Amino acid sequence: MPEPPLLEIRDVTKRYAGGSAVALDHFSLVVPESPATITTIAGESGSGKTTLANAVLGFVSPTSGSILFRGRDISRLRRSARLDYRRNVQAIFQDPYAAYNPFYPVRHTLQQVIRRFGLASSRSEARELMNDALAMVGMRGEDVLDKHPHQLSGGQRQRIMFARAHLVRPRLIVADEPVSMIDASLRATIIDIMLRMRDEDGISFLYITHDLSTAYQVGNEIVILYAGRVAESGEVTTVLEQPKHPYVQLLIDSVPVPDPRRRWQEQISLPPDDGPYQAAPGCLYAARCPHRMDRCDEAAPALYEIGAAHRAACYLYEGGGPAPAADAPATTTIAHGG
Amino acid sequence: MTTGNPLGTLLPGAPPTSTRRLAWLNWKLAVGGSMVLAVVGLGLVGPLFWSTRLARPASSPPDLPPLWAHGGTAAHPLGTESLGRDILALLIVGGPASLRVGAIAAGVGLGVAMLLGFVAGYFGGWIDDVVRVLADAWVTIPALAVMVVLAATLSSITVGTEAFLLALFSWPMATRMLRSQMLSMRGRGYVKMARLSGLSNFSIMFREILPNMIPYVVASFVSAMAVAIMAATSLEALGLGPSQTPTLGLTIYYAIQGSALLRGMWWWWGLPLVLLVIIFSGLFIMSIGLDEVSNPRLKRYAQRARRRAPRRPARGTAGAGRSRTAVGSGVGTDQ
Amino acid sequence: MKPAVLEVEALQVHYQTATEVAVAVNGVSFQVFAGETLGLVGESGCGKSTTAMAILNLVQAPGRIAGGSIRLNGQDLTTLSQRRLRQVRWREVALIPQGAMDSLNPVVRVDDQVAEVIQAHEGRLSRSAMSDRIAELLSLVGLPGRVARLYPHELSGGMKQRVCIAMAIALQPALLVADEPTSALDVVVQRVVGQTLLDVTSRLGVAMILIGHDIALQAQLVDRMAVMYAGSILEIGPVETMFDQPQHPYTQLLIASIPSITERRRRPAETPVREVQHRPSGCVFRLRCPHAFDRCREEVPVARETSPGHVVACHLHDDASQPAGGGSRA
Repeated sequence: MPEPPLLEIRDVTKRYAGGSAVALDHFSLVVPESPATITTIAGESGSGKTTLANAVLGFVSPTSGSILFRGRDISRLRRSARLDYRRNVQAIFQDPYAAYNPFYPVRHTLQQVIRRFGLASSRSEARELMNDALAMVGMRGEDVLDKHPHQLSGGQRQRIMFARAHLVRPRLIVADEPVSMIDASLRATIIDIMLRMRDEDGISFLYITHDLSTAYQVGNEIVILYAGRVAESGEVTTVLEQPKHPYVQLLIDSVPVPDPRRRWQEQISLPPDDGPYQAAPGCLYAARCPHRMDRCDEAAPALYEIGAAHRAACYLYEGGGPAPAADAPATTTIAHGG
Repeated sequence: MTTGNPLGTLLPGAPPTSTRRLAWLNWKLAVGGSMVLAVVGLGLVGPLFWSTRLARPASSPPDLPPLWAHGGTAAHPLGTESLGRDILALLIVGGPASLRVGAIAAGVGLGVAMLLGFVAGYFGGWIDDVVRVLADAWVTIPALAVMVVLAATLSSITVGTEAFLLALFSWPMATRMLRSQMLSMRGRGYVKMARLSGLSNFSIMFREILPNMIPYVVASFVSAMAVAIMAATSLEALGLGPSQTPTLGLTIYYAIQGSALLRGMWWWWGLPLVLLVIIFSGLFIMSIGLDEVSNPRLKRYAQRARRRAPRRPARGTAGAGRSRTAVGSGVGTDQ
Repeated sequence: MKPAVLEVEALQVHYQTATEVAVAVNGVSFQVFAGETLGLVGESGCGKSTTAMAILNLVQAPGRIAGGSIRLNGQDLTTLSQRRLRQVRWREVALIPQGAMDSLNPVVRVDDQVAEVIQAHEGRLSRSAMSDRIAELLSLVGLPGRVARLYPHELSGGMKQRVCIAMAIALQPALLVADEPTSALDVVVQRVVGQTLLDVTSRLGVAMILIGHDIALQAQLVDRMAVMYAGSILEIGPVETMFDQPQHPYTQLLIASIPSITERRRRPAETPVREVQHRPSGCVFRLRCPHAFDRCREEVPVARETSPGHVVACHLHDDASQPAGGGSRA
């Protein structure tokens, strides 16, 4: 009997506003128990990536579909199983200031998990754990533990959040834009921490970002969302070096290149408005797409295979894989090799 | 400028190194607090120097004016009233009594408000709907009228009963305020982290969120106290308060009964009034001071230093908004 | 040689805290020439936004302009009365502040807000003249005419930002100061807004200071670039040479920090930065600088010109000559 995967997001749809706004549309993803991987979920605002993070963390429940942790539906977990889930799935958020309780010194956030998950049996053991965790991110307990969050910089606060996650030793960390509020010159440190946690501690990440350049440095696999649906998915290097979906091509082309001699050439236009996407029968990118065909408005394309584990939801690539049934939803399943 | 740094040394954007978090001792809080404490002190220290038995009827020669008026004596420096009670003694007993009533009423009301408000704000849903409807409806009941009727029906009431009656009508406002505070705080980042740590809901409400609401709770308490004392005094002045305790309101009641105004015995109703004004002003100034502590509109540099984000700046302390004006008027945002 | 629209010389902006003086802008000097875009790049807290505010004399207490001059077309803005300043603002220099799109009045339609700006400075216009003017402005920034009657919440982030640009250029100022105009926007929208800015400034001949923290974006949009750190400009020059041959170690660090999207390198992790609270003696960057030596601790580096128009303040380049005048001083 094969072991269930660590996390399975099964055909999850989330609707708001009485059903007219679709934040996530039939999304599926599998994160295996091992080896530890970093899966990047990339997309612009409104793409559904934040909804996905909230759903995985149990803060929002899907309208349909389910999220399974080691085979069990997380919305149906009992008390002790819920704690076990929390123990195994942690998160880092975008705003390193808001994540702290301003009333307490920063040690409170570390003590919180030590206490709740019973990670230490004595105060000295707890202190040791905290110092070790901080050392992992390059900080010293005596320098920071008694400070209040406003006395530390954004970079320090975020690193302490990683130390907190490291203390818990979860199997999966949902990192929702962990570096977007950190200065550019300090991001490498944090990305390095993530890579070390994957390689040395065997912790998998769901790395959610809008910044493709950090995704390039970090992930194994990438899923690019557009309007709640998967546009393209596959190995990071493949997708970013040879994007196939027209949206992804535009996205990558729009990342500013730090070379004054290679400036953007085309003038591009934007859709008349963005915002919660209405559930439409056809491809949601069609209105902006230079390769638009009639059938793009009739039915949404499925994810077609382009290469090994490289898929794009676009009729341009229909020949590449098995033709889907007319009403098959767009899904993605990334099967990781052993 | 080739050597040294003649200019200031603190780098812009550097987080403040001091641990001074809240300026609890802003002067309004200090002044208001002193006024209220003075009344408390009067009640504690007064009996040591002045016999409180003089607050009983027929303990002193009646109708004496205060020391500095014609006919006054040093034996009764603030005068006496028609039933032979010494005014100074009445103040020493009555001032703290009024404060006590206010404190108990505010305490009970706030306790109920915290329970209902927190639960409604945190959980939302039907619990919130029920509490809100209840509080909103209750607020429309004319408090004083009902209290008058209730007090009149009860044959005699104690300080405790009076306080309970007052609490009955103070809880809705406080509940709404605490509910909305809880509502805004429960979306904060650290609450999410606490949920991720597996903390129970009540743990989050009371160990994580409540400490950050202390200024609001205290401010709520102070204003509830002022309102309660106001209502209590009104009841007492109508003769509906506790008859055994010589509260300030009761003294005023007797002054009205004894036609003090017509008889020119201004010290009978005037001096208790002065003490009441001190109490109310003190509480009011305290609540302004507390408002500043919990909602710092002053743009302190410490807040700027905290905003490290290269993107949209992170929010500072609770309630510290940045004033924004339309771009069209030509004024930029603060930085 | 084009005339300088803006000449900032030895600008000092200080903040008075309870216990000490924080110097947000420490002797900054630069020029902006007619029709060009100068980029001002630096990380959070470096003083770039404060500089922008100072140019418009909008620094709010407890901050104040403590020294230096800001000459706009010859006039020193620091010496003007509030009344004169109000006339100068918007008509000669306009600001697109950080988070501008959130500064739009949510209960007023777009055309009314733009009209408000125009009327405040030019007096009433006839209805038809005003709506023509607004339509022209909207098309300049690439927005469809129907946007005029919409409310801000009906617009996307990129559209709101372009409305702010339209308001800023409504009175044809000589200089535009754009403070992080694309920071909160998605990558594609950022590109469109950036291109709009370029388009508008070149068509109207407006000079612009573009402030940001994303050095790659600066490469796409500016003609000259100034790198700021802890209140001082460390390097300034034409954008091509800044990227080809960055002279200052901080500039080199910023460029190296850009994660490449074409080349996958596992860069060696930097030693975590020791957070610096107080200004070190000598060069302000020396505690983070891999090339710091003794002199850096003792003396503040003087600005020197290493190639035409390319000025850097670093002891590594002490042998270069000092610029003729009006260069950047550390």
